[in-house]
Amino acid sequence: MLFPQQIRSQFPILGREVASRPMVYFDNAATSQRPQCVLDMQDDLCRRHNANIHRAVHTLSYEATDFYEKGRIAAQRFVNAASPQEIVLTAGTTSAINMVAQSMVRGGFLKEGDGILLTEAEHHSNIVPWQMACQMCGAHLEVVPVRAGAASANDGAVDMEAYREALRRGVRMVAITHVSNILGAVNPVREMVAEAHAQGIPVLVDGAQGIGHRRVDVQQLDCDFYAFSGHKIYAPTGIGVLYGKREWLEKLPPVMGGGDMVAKVTFEKTTYADIPLKFEAGTANYVAAACLAPALEFASSLAGDRQAALHEKELMAAMDAALGSVSGIFVAAAAATDRIPLYTFTIDGVHPLDAATLLDKMGFEVRSGHMCAEPIVSRIGGGSMLRASLMPYNTVEEVEAFGAALQRVVKMLRQ
Amino acid sequence: MKSIEDIQSEIAEEFAVYDEWLDKYEYLIDLGRELPLAPEGDKTDANLIEGCQSRVWLTCTRDADGRLHFAADSDAIITKGLISLLVRVFDSQMPRDILDADLHFIDDIGLKENLSPTRAGGLAAMIKRIRDYAAANLEG
Repeated sequence: MLFPQQIRSQFPILGREVASRPMVYFDNAATSQRPQCVLDMQDDLCRRHNANIHRAVHTLSYEATDFYEKGRIAAQRFVNAASPQEIVLTAGTTSAINMVAQSMVRGGFLKEGDGILLTEAEHHSNIVPWQMACQMCGAHLEVVPVRAGAASANDGAVDMEAYREALRRGVRMVAITHVSNILGAVNPVREMVAEAHAQGIPVLVDGAQGIGHRRVDVQQLDCDFYAFSGHKIYAPTGIGVLYGKREWLEKLPPVMGGGDMVAKVTFEKTTYADIPLKFEAGTANYVAAACLAPALEFASSLAGDRQAALHEKELMAAMDAALGSVSGIFVAAAAATDRIPLYTFTIDGVHPLDAATLLDKMGFEVRSGHMCAEPIVSRIGGGSMLRASLMPYNTVEEVEAFGAALQRVVKMLRQ
Repeated sequence: MKSIEDIQSEIAEEFAVYDEWLDKYEYLIDLGRELPLAPEGDKTDANLIEGCQSRVWLTCTRDADGRLHFAADSDAIITKGLISLLVRVFDSQMPRDILDADLHFIDDIGLKENLSPTRAGGLAAMIKRIRDYAAANLEG
């Protein structure tokens, strides 16, 4: 079978209809679909191996624990972490970032007067946890602009001059996205990490959008933290990964207590388990964690596949053509030199909510609104935009049909 | 004077001719284009009903007979079409009748998904606002 049909056939959901038409799923940046191997793992865990992990000596618990730890090892290999101990399993990217932000404050690594550097194009999940950290300790945000919008180069690039200047203004933490969920442009994370480290500043990378489209090697990036969610890369919701450098994980205090995160508990004093378990309080979502193994294996097989890389290029060329044929369209970061197949746009005289409603009735599942990145969407898109985001299981034919559907929608709606 | 129930039946009949989703929406868009706009001066924060993705402005006045009159506008045209239907159902009605109405036409015409409180268009919030106006204008 030819690519992408050979992988498409592994996703049962892609065969369904919406509004009596073949469904075209273009909301992958919000969540990706799950291949049969992941659905099988989910099912098998629940049917055959369901027991709480880590504590019991019985067979079922041993099996469930084994699957859970295999999920961790799969994540470690996928991002090339030095050790599985550097992989904390969380509920998702948001939970991972909140954990780091609160722990940095509690551990005294962020204090009054310190700056926390973000880019302008962050998702709320990489803004709000840091605002909360600021409220806790009296730190403040330093926001670096990106070149996006009709009156700019619109290549989605971070203003590196402003970045360097901000680093010298008392910044003690850098939290940046690998790929913005609005712009789709890939940030030069390695360079940004090197610049921050030159000033002794740690860096957290929000990998929610990057993980599904770029090979991530945390040792090569040299970032201190890299957070991502399983459900953006073929795994179920409710599982995420926080990679943290050993030295950081060892010195950061846990922010949630209870369950399996302890070494010894008395009413006077509790000592904590070693990393990574000291950050994994409570019963983990071990079913979803186990699914990381087949999901990341599936993603790895694509990452090394020349046909897949070629296919992604074809998808992006087709999308450029489809969007380019719509009059009055503005595509965020259209001039990006390095991007993922994620396109956020506005069309003159067409409300994004109307367009998304009609597209749904034509079978196209796309996002509209501020997409949890209100600051950047307010600045470049008036507070509401449309977004089509693709995965390798999408086809050029779908993109071409989308172009035709957009033309029709514009004709119906334009005021 | 048509009752709220009569108007709801009328609307259901009008929509019954459309089998296709897109045709229903095309009709809604036409209705949206015809909606008498609320004057720009009425698009104030006080009259604004903030949906997640579109904005709706609603004003209410009361005539000498005690009947309520609504004018509405939105920045999204499908939302506008939907609110034009709501205005048609409730305009010139008595507050008590508005409060007692069983609002079923949106379900009848197959657009119930638009009524969900989490729906981006803010229609549920608009219905609540209409009922609030009615409650505030009850006699006695």
